[in-house]
Amino acid sequence: MLSEAGLPVIEATSFVSPKWVPQMADCAEVLKGIQKFPGINYPVLTPNIKGFQAAVAAGAKEVTIFAAASELFTKKNTNCSIDESLQRSDDIFRAARAAGIPVRGYVSCVLGCPYEGKISPAKVVEVTKKIYSMGCYEISLGDTIGVGTPGVMKDMLSAVMHEVPVSALAVHCHDTYGQALANTLMALQMGVSAVDSSVAGLGGCPYAQGASGNLATEDLVYMLSGLGIHTGVNLQKLLEAGTFICQALNRKTSSKVAQAICKL
Amino acid sequence: MGNVPSAVKHCLSYQQLLREHLWIGDSVAGALDTAQETSQLSGLPEYVKIVEVGPRDGLQNEKVIVPTDIKIEFINQLSQTGLSVIEVTSFVSSKWVPQVAAGATEISVFGAASESFSKRNINCSIEESMEKFEEVVKSARHMNIPARGYVSCALGCPYEGNITPQKVTEVSKKLYGMGCYEISLGDTTGVGTPGSMKRMLESVMKEIPSSALAVHCHDTYGQALANILTALQMGINVVDSAVSGLGGCPYAKGASGNVATEDLIYMLNGLGLNTGVNLYKVMEAGDFICKAVNKTTNSKVAQASFNARLE
Repeated sequence: MLSEAGLPVIEATSFVSPKWVPQMADCAEVLKGIQKFPGINYPVLTPNIKGFQAAVAAGAKEVTIFAAASELFTKKNTNCSIDESLQRSDDIFRAARAAGIPVRGYVSCVLGCPYEGKISPAKVVEVTKKIYSMGCYEISLGDTIGVGTPGVMKDMLSAVMHEVPVSALAVHCHDTYGQALANTLMALQMGVSAVDSSVAGLGGCPYAQGASGNLATEDLVYMLSGLGIHTGVNLQKLLEAGTFICQALNRKTSSKVAQAICKL
Repeated sequence: MGNVPSAVKHCLSYQQLLREHLWIGDSVAGALDTAQETSQLSGLPEYVKIVEVGPRDGLQNEKVIVPTDIKIEFINQLSQTGLSVIEVTSFVSSKWVPQVAAGATEISVFGAASESFSKRNINCSIEESMEKFEEVVKSARHMNIPARGYVSCALGCPYEGNITPQKVTEVSKKLYGMGCYEISLGDTTGVGTPGSMKRMLESVMKEIPSSALAVHCHDTYGQALANILTALQMGINVVDSAVSGLGGCPYAKGASGNVATEDLIYMLNGLGLNTGVNLYKVMEAGDFICKAVNKTTNSKVAQASFNARLE
């Protein structure tokens, strides 16, 4: 349904151990089972070389890797330092290059960390620059706990754009404090033209129980459409996909557009 | 992403995040946090006046009728937060004398940029409504009572759809001309986006100084803060909001209405803008009124903070 809505990139699944993320246990089945529309990319997350190999075996044509701009976050989540995590990713980059598979990078905690608090733009630049030079074609800068506001977004992007071209950057804003769309607007004003979002605003925040997480794709598309920015996405079909998955998950949508239009 | 559940136990509590790590800070009585100055965007006003419409616009659109003593307690709590303007209630009769008798120190008149909306809501055309308002505003001014004007449907109308910036300018200019000290431009159904906000304000600001303008954005389509940011970037420094995002949308059942004051303050504080308002006290008032009307808050800041606190 998401493919039919015209989204150009749909992160299909994650080749991570089901012990950590049970929801992704069927990753190979999902990737093999989906209809691959021409012109749409279906990247999959590969946290390590084992995951990468399984992804390729399942037909993945694009992979994503994770890094963080916070030492504590990296330690708590992957039990190693930033440098060590990047060394692990190096295996993936080498294998991806050999297989002709593009790699997208994520940098978490770019506007704040649930353990360290404030994160300096310099740290974000350091990590982003490293994974760009390692071979990421695009780096998605994530406000993991949604604490950022437009000014902080601007400062961080200004710093990163000194070292990495804006055409290789994307933003991944969380809406935990309701700031996602305003932060995204600021990023657009600075020249960023790739934005991550999640239909129905799926995915809460593991760091603040009951709080919201991802920016809802419907609300993002509504704003971009109002601004006259072309996305290729059919909002009506997107809304249908959102309704479908919310019913399957037995949850209410987090998208305000969906709430207003679908009266959910 | 790794073993998140056990990692979460060790993360900062919301109090630490909000207080000690200076994203939000306390913007009380003009004390700007120096650490936040670096995140100030150029071109923004230094001070933003927040007009709290929760007790009126907010409660008016809530189904549960709140007892009078609760309303009074709610407003008293808001008075302790640093908010300089709290829209207290509404005397909807066209006879405004009771408002003055009850001690009102300011009145509001509600116009619309849409003929259909005007007819449906106040049963007269825009022109007829302006004639009535002129009487009210002029008399109020003779008694040294300031009048604030509201223009509904500034970015779209639930009946007519698109509303031209020219129409908004025409109505705003009339209200300003008759003596309203401030005109609050309302995106009544929340359909506006930053582009339409910019075009509307560009038109209105040709005729009315930005210092006499305010924006009243509804969050029905999640666009409110992005629209407010655009207005701030254009020099507007008065913003209406409602604590907890009180008040749904009468035109889209189940949809949200007013932008939440807490979320607005969060953004303004993060931008290093002075508001004089204590976010924590606003959150307490929001928590109080939500329990009273038996609803969950529409404020994301409150959802993230209070739920985390319950851990």
